[in-house]
Amino acid sequence: MAAARRHRSAGPLFVAPFLVLFLLLFLAPLGYAAYLSLFQERLIGGTVFVGLDNYVKAFGDSQFLHGVGRVALFFVVQVPVMLLLALLFALALDSGLLRLSRVIRLGIFVPYAVPSVVAALMWGYLYGPDFGPFAQLSRNLDLPAPAFLSEGWMLGSLANIVTWEFVGYNMIILYAALRTVPHELYEAAAMDGAGAWRIAWSIKLPALRPALLLTLLFSVIGSFQLFNEPNLLMKIAPDVISSSYTANLYAYTLAFTGQQVNYAATVSFLLGLVIVIASYGVLLTANRRRTP
Amino acid sequence: MSRNTFTAASSSMSRRLFLTTTGALSLGAALTACGGGDSGGSSGSAEPVGQADIDKAMKTPTELTFWTWVPNIAKEIALFEKKYPAIKVKVVNAGQGTPQYTKLRTALKAGSGAPDMVQIEYQAIPTFTITDSLLDLRPYGADKLKDQFVDWTWGQVSGSDGEVWAIPQDTGPMGMLYRKDIFDKHGIEVPKTWDEFAEAARKLHKADPDVYLTNLAANQPAAWHGLQWQAGAEPYATSGDSDITISVDDAASRKLGEYWGGLAKEGVISVDPDFTDGWYAGLNKGKYATWLTAAWGPAFLSGSAKATAGKWRAAPLPQWDAAKPSAGNWGGSTTAVIRSTKNPIAAAVFAQFLNTDPASARMFATEQFFFPATKALLTDKEFVSDAPSFYGGQKVNQLFADISATVDPSFQWPPFLDQAATDWTETVGKSLADKTDTVRALGTWQSRLTTYAKNQGFTVKGS
Repeated sequence: MAAARRHRSAGPLFVAPFLVLFLLLFLAPLGYAAYLSLFQERLIGGTVFVGLDNYVKAFGDSQFLHGVGRVALFFVVQVPVMLLLALLFALALDSGLLRLSRVIRLGIFVPYAVPSVVAALMWGYLYGPDFGPFAQLSRNLDLPAPAFLSEGWMLGSLANIVTWEFVGYNMIILYAALRTVPHELYEAAAMDGAGAWRIAWSIKLPALRPALLLTLLFSVIGSFQLFNEPNLLMKIAPDVISSSYTANLYAYTLAFTGQQVNYAATVSFLLGLVIVIASYGVLLTANRRRTP
Repeated sequence: MSRNTFTAASSSMSRRLFLTTTGALSLGAALTACGGGDSGGSSGSAEPVGQADIDKAMKTPTELTFWTWVPNIAKEIALFEKKYPAIKVKVVNAGQGTPQYTKLRTALKAGSGAPDMVQIEYQAIPTFTITDSLLDLRPYGADKLKDQFVDWTWGQVSGSDGEVWAIPQDTGPMGMLYRKDIFDKHGIEVPKTWDEFAEAARKLHKADPDVYLTNLAANQPAAWHGLQWQAGAEPYATSGDSDITISVDDAASRKLGEYWGGLAKEGVISVDPDFTDGWYAGLNKGKYATWLTAAWGPAFLSGSAKATAGKWRAAPLPQWDAAKPSAGNWGGSTTAVIRSTKNPIAAAVFAQFLNTDPASARMFATEQFFFPATKALLTDKEFVSDAPSFYGGQKVNQLFADISATVDPSFQWPPFLDQAATDWTETVGKSLADKTDTVRALGTWQSRLTTYAKNQGFTVKGS
């Protein structure tokens, strides 16, 4: 009895550090942003309470809505490609049929170790329409230089950078999940006459479902917060990437260019809401599919 | 180089700094850091501070923080610390131009972490005085310095009630750097008027489709403002506390829009973003036959287009009216004191010493190759007789010193320059890049800025 009571009283102590950090680093900023979003600070006339005006404004703000729409499109196209690639690499590595699998694994993962800022700069150079290597190559072949930085191609060019950066990261998660599948399962399947493809389809893929869901959730959050890559490519393609190209970029511009901190808080808060809804949607679909 | 950086990270130096800092500057930081708290400070009176107080303050051990992006400024600081051994100056490089202003604004909002003195470009001064962030330097004797500086620079640092918000450090009167070899090869005369310039652009591009007479960067609102300045445009005017006139599409600006939009549409000039890899490569490989730039341009170019040494020459900008030569200014910076400083006297003395002490001011011209703001240096024999071999032995400093005298002293900046610059890039700049109607884009720029200003509580007049 006494021991049990002691256990019980120790519980909150163990949880306390988490709670404190959660409160300080998560709830407090969130609450503060919500608070800020109810005001409007002007260069002339100071700060006034405006209630939900900023939210009403945001719902009719085409720059914000376009930004959200653009990242949603980005998410729908880029994430499946990236996760499929990551899945293929993970399965190939796990099959044990690859030579130099450690080197390959590291090679695919390395781009993740490159900061996204550096990656964006590097790709920005590669995309260059005059002196970038792709442009030079196609000019040598008497072909028109690919317009990587044009309006039509830009989202694809961004998707390419993000895919390049994050395939390895997602692959590692999936690969780690695959390593936890007990070997007896494969042996039993092989005994029943299943080939490598059948094993991959019927054992490995179902075992990967939680890990895939995790990578998908990360990707929802990452896509909707797209910022670094467009922010850097903006310098070399200012006519294509506007200051409200993505919702996150728009919030940044509002706060730091326009000095509209309160409206920026509103936009960030709404963007957070969009992410919550999208993540919840992903979870809901995945769970519904799991229960027959 | 203290050239202007309207848009963040336009030089390699600022880009590097920008990279190291963007990571830290997440939106979260922005939202949590921007709390209440005014930039503060007691309401500044213009009562002069007595010499006894100044002497006392300069003998009291003090540490000052100075934000600047001037490379190797330790040499100038050492001069100051030698004269005032009690004062120690801590230098922080918080980025060049916009990245630094962003950090400064955040620190001011947060109410802590702002420096005592800061390097600030002319065009950004109203953006910080509107938030009451700068100290009026008159009480510390700054108003007596007026005659030492080029007239138009003093207009740039002065407030509407005669306040002195900053001390000029360097300037960027605009001129034209051109490739003599390309001009000679195609028999092009150095254009004296913009009409001749347009003809030359057509002729050159026709003769060699890989070469453009110039590049008007679609991401460089600073160059556009400089050209507006030259054309006699008056895009911004403030009066009283909250009245502003915005006419970025006035007649002179529309003339510019027609001219440059036309040349861009014809495809005889290029519109590449500047200070990018591609642009540097273009300068080195002879894609652009001229660079319309400022007085800091010659030193900057000799560092970043080494492959073309000896081929460049300098000339004044082509003119709208050849009988009345005029020039605009692009860039250049000042030293200002932040109002929240705890040591206003020492900080104000520092700002003045740095830019008026003969040895220190000269060092900016000889060590950092800044283009001076003081009359003394602009007429200094040693300075104006400099004849760098990169320009074939031409006396480039003399040329720009002469140009400096033709800069119109009345040009004004808006109290929300960052917004004006961003809106320019997304309207006028975009129209140049997309080869659409630049004059109409000027109208869009005008209406976007007007809407913004009204939202910020200004009473907007104007076109």
